[in-house]
Amino acid sequence: MSANKTAAPNIADLKSQAARLRGKVIEMSHAAKAAHLASSLSCCDILTAAYWHVLNIDPANSADPLRDRFILSKGHAAAALYATLAMKGFFPLEKLESFCMDGGELAEHPPANILAGVEAATGSLGHGLPIGCGMAMAGRIKGEDFRVFALLSDGECNEGSVWEAAMFAAGNSLEKICVVIDYNKWQATARSNDTLMLSPLKDKWAAAGWDAHEIDGHDIGALVELMSAVPNGSGKPVAIIANTVKGKGVSFMEDDNNWHYRAPTAEEVSAAHEELGLK
Amino acid sequence: MRNAFADELTKIGSEDPRVVLLSGDIGNRLFDKFKAANPARFLNCGVAEQNMTGVAAGMAMSGLRPISYTITPFVTTRCLEQIRTDVCYHELPVTIVSVGAGLSYAGLGPTHHACEDISFLRSIPNMKVICPGDAFEVRAALRAALKQDGPVYIRMGKKGEPVIHDKVPEEFKIGRALQIEEGSEVAILSTGNMLPEAIKARIALEAQGISTNVVSFHTVKPVDGAYLETAFERFRLVVTLEEHSLIGGLGSAVAEWAVDNRKETKKLMRIGTPDAFYKISGEQQFAREHLGLTGWQVAARIQQELT
Repeated sequence: MSANKTAAPNIADLKSQAARLRGKVIEMSHAAKAAHLASSLSCCDILTAAYWHVLNIDPANSADPLRDRFILSKGHAAAALYATLAMKGFFPLEKLESFCMDGGELAEHPPANILAGVEAATGSLGHGLPIGCGMAMAGRIKGEDFRVFALLSDGECNEGSVWEAAMFAAGNSLEKICVVIDYNKWQATARSNDTLMLSPLKDKWAAAGWDAHEIDGHDIGALVELMSAVPNGSGKPVAIIANTVKGKGVSFMEDDNNWHYRAPTAEEVSAAHEELGLK
Repeated sequence: MRNAFADELTKIGSEDPRVVLLSGDIGNRLFDKFKAANPARFLNCGVAEQNMTGVAAGMAMSGLRPISYTITPFVTTRCLEQIRTDVCYHELPVTIVSVGAGLSYAGLGPTHHACEDISFLRSIPNMKVICPGDAFEVRAALRAALKQDGPVYIRMGKKGEPVIHDKVPEEFKIGRALQIEEGSEVAILSTGNMLPEAIKARIALEAQGISTNVVSFHTVKPVDGAYLETAFERFRLVVTLEEHSLIGGLGSAVAEWAVDNRKETKKLMRIGTPDAFYKISGEQQFAREHLGLTGWQVAARIQQELT
């Protein structure tokens, strides 16, 4: 299932898609007064590259055993995942209006078993990569050819379970797993590298036995190229350290960690949409 | 129990290609036959139980029937959140098998004791908790667990415990107590590796003229309400016996059931380990005696309760 590998991406189209995704996420944060907007914005280009070019998935057949898996291990960016899945047609766009509302299915973190396209319930950090390793190992045991992508936050790399899984994947040469780290340099309350020492992050993944790459995480072309190539012939699992900006795409949110918890006002939504070229 | 597990697993492994064994770096040589027959379906996951449990969840999401296995505290408490969130929240058919129930590894010290695991796992939605009473019950429990479409925890003793049944009990069913010995005055509900002590206690009680019923109450969750219904009607005393803390184990489960079902709770007597770490060195039988858990001591406590 590697049909997209050779198709050339239309970067301009993907960029406008990423802008529309950001616009939707900002609307959702405003309507729901939900936190984690900045964390969602920093990974919109990664989600766009994955869902609009790299992944072999069919929204009409979301349980296909041969589909590529994408796990949003940084579950606090659920708004970005929900908007992505709705825009791709996994469920109706109108459902996004129920985000965080009483009685709905779109909680602040992705739920288990009730929403098409959500591969795993996440929100507690450090869970997505072990689950992804299990999926990739199952694919090997069953002889099913699919790939597993896991999107982690940089703060998430504080969790020991991430490194347990990193050693497991390398030890078993799980070359069909790809980790993308949304390295926006912030965690909930402080700079990532002032909290626990992550740096040098690429070297750490390489030392753990991964084929590690470091790129601009807003360069959709570079993301597409590396992710599409998985498995890339190195015989190793692939780690992409994606350098990103928290709050990317909206000047007054970029790299301002207040937007980890703040929700935008109607005026701020309007200003953000204007910056994103959505007006 | 341990060797029965390895042997039964080898048989099941040949019958069901979905069964995968994940080991937390224990069981040296124990699984050689399983490995030889199914090299791709045995994974030594190392000393990394959080990952092992997450891997099991990912495998179950992809259509396999993984079993995660290591020493009790490490395959339960160490990775409790992965059991709760990855396995139970997703309602996945993962079977967690532990070796070293209660004070089985008394000599290794409190790091290796397991007197809280039933309590932890029983409180998680979707989880079923089975404590087999002997090697034959282990075989039956494993087969029953792998037929479930959700999570199951099987809490084994170690190796070499007395075998109670003479064959695999055909009537074994998750959530149904197994009748071991008939009696009319007192019922001992034993869970897991305490079954031999329950039988010794019965011998001592019968010698004193106290007719004693013994069941292997192997499933702590869901509890066998039908049996309890009868027990609270029939017996003067209903005694729970477990190598586990009195907080949250079988005794608690039965007490909860009795209160919720408006039973005569003064009939209930709970025997288990105290709310304390057991810090004295020595083997399991010494620890049991020290804590008043041997069959003879259990009998004496019951007799005292009746007088």
